[in-house]
Amino acid sequence: MTTTLDPVLEQSRLERWLDCVQTRLASEKESLNALDAAIGDADHGSNLFRGFSKVQEKLQSAPPEDIPALFKLVGMTLIGSVGGASGPLYGTFFLETAKALPQERKSVDLQTLAQALTAGLQGLQRLGKAEKGDKTMVDALAPAIERLQQGADLRAAAAAARHGLEATIPLIARKGRASYLGERSQGHADPGAASATLLLECLARDDDSAA
Amino acid sequence: MKALINRPEDIVREALEGMALAHADLIRVEQDPRFVLRADAPVQGKVALVSGGGSGHEPMHGGLVGPGMLDAACPGEVFTSPTPDQIVAAAQAVHGGAGVLLIVKNYTGDVLNFQMATELLADAGIPTETVLMDDDVAVTDSLYTAGRRGVGATVLAEKICGAAAAAGLPLAQVARIGREVNASARSMGLALSPCTNPQAGQASFTLKDDEVEFGIGIHGEPGRSRIPMASADTLTQMLLEPILQDLPFARGDEVLLFTDSLGATPLLELYIVHRAAEQLANQHGLKVSRRLIGPLMTSLDMAGVALTLLRLTPELRGYWDAPVRTPALCWGLAR
Repeated sequence: MTTTLDPVLEQSRLERWLDCVQTRLASEKESLNALDAAIGDADHGSNLFRGFSKVQEKLQSAPPEDIPALFKLVGMTLIGSVGGASGPLYGTFFLETAKALPQERKSVDLQTLAQALTAGLQGLQRLGKAEKGDKTMVDALAPAIERLQQGADLRAAAAAARHGLEATIPLIARKGRASYLGERSQGHADPGAASATLLLECLARDDDSAA
Repeated sequence: MKALINRPEDIVREALEGMALAHADLIRVEQDPRFVLRADAPVQGKVALVSGGGSGHEPMHGGLVGPGMLDAACPGEVFTSPTPDQIVAAAQAVHGGAGVLLIVKNYTGDVLNFQMATELLADAGIPTETVLMDDDVAVTDSLYTAGRRGVGATVLAEKICGAAAAAGLPLAQVARIGREVNASARSMGLALSPCTNPQAGQASFTLKDDEVEFGIGIHGEPGRSRIPMASADTLTQMLLEPILQDLPFARGDEVLLFTDSLGATPLLELYIVHRAAEQLANQHGLKVSRRLIGPLMTSLDMAGVALTLLRLTPELRGYWDAPVRTPALCWGLAR
């Protein structure tokens, strides 16, 4: 099934997305921490929850004017509050997405968003130097964003992220602290890929484009 | 788990409040953004030294702030690197007009956050140099990992660079000395028990009663292998041999030997390890002329020990001997 008109996302819809991320992190941070316990130091969920809670505070206190400002706010807030590797990586993802979005827009069509997210992913990969298969958040983000670029809807993108997450289980980590585990990192899903999947599933949650 | 904490989210703030009360003559603490700085900062005309990293390694880095050592330290959450705004605020607060040296341990999070801070500091017109520490010989597969980790040599670099800065050397020279320390030092550690992050509430890994994690990282990340428990002398030899071979250290080298507790190992055991390490170093023809012993770079309540050997030159020895006055290291008459 194809749609003739590209679906449009309003700014309010993207704000509901961030609300969903914070709510899901509140209830799932322990399970993200548990994933991180297997190959890291058991704080990935708590760190991201701190960051996205701060995002909610900032959205209340200084609502962004438009969609690029929204992405910039998220990026700056994550960089300033998460710490670890995930703070700069997710922060850069949002900041580079913001830069690639058309200015002063309060709505964005899915293809434009997909292109901007691609720029975000490239920024993230420039900083983290991770490729697909290194057992990182890239393994969930990249297939999802590629699907969007190909014209798929948000639900298909979220499904691609989850598929990418599951595919990290047998991989050997090559980046970050998990890389020191070598073969012992096999058999566990990557917590970064898990949080990236959560992000994309929230983006797809009240997707009306695929109905 | 039992720990002397109040609320998990308050651990770092409350510990820093305690430090500020305990060492008000030496340091001040800022909480938003969070950093520890010399009470008398900024020192005009002196290169400022800033380091940082996750909390849980105390006294590193906050306890190493003071005359003759760091000007500021940025603590993150437990085992989580600090954020760029902390590093930028700390650097701005201690910059005395001669630039800022950033001493960074090679962990992905630390590297990324310090890199972002460096870019922001450049925009703010503050000259910086970065010394990246990666002295851990436990990591053999650097190509398929995030590379060798920064461990014990970080403490030595902070002391030696601190003295060089206090002596009035310019930024490029202090950075050169820091890189020389990293290039001349090798370390490795082992754990007898895991640590428990009080914010996570569970042990970082599991070890059987008769097992040792050999080549441990300071967050409990594994190194070379799991080996059966053995005597202090045997384990010390197993740690020291790869360190000696890696640089390699040669007969006649003058060295500093640093025996570090990972947190829960008592000084009694530390001296037994130090004894074995110094005897072995002597047998290899090294001249151990300086020593550092104690819990300085720890991993919360982990039981274990790490050894660092640093090849000394007269220049490095001179800066090592220079006065220092911090909560954790204090000798000579530092001003």
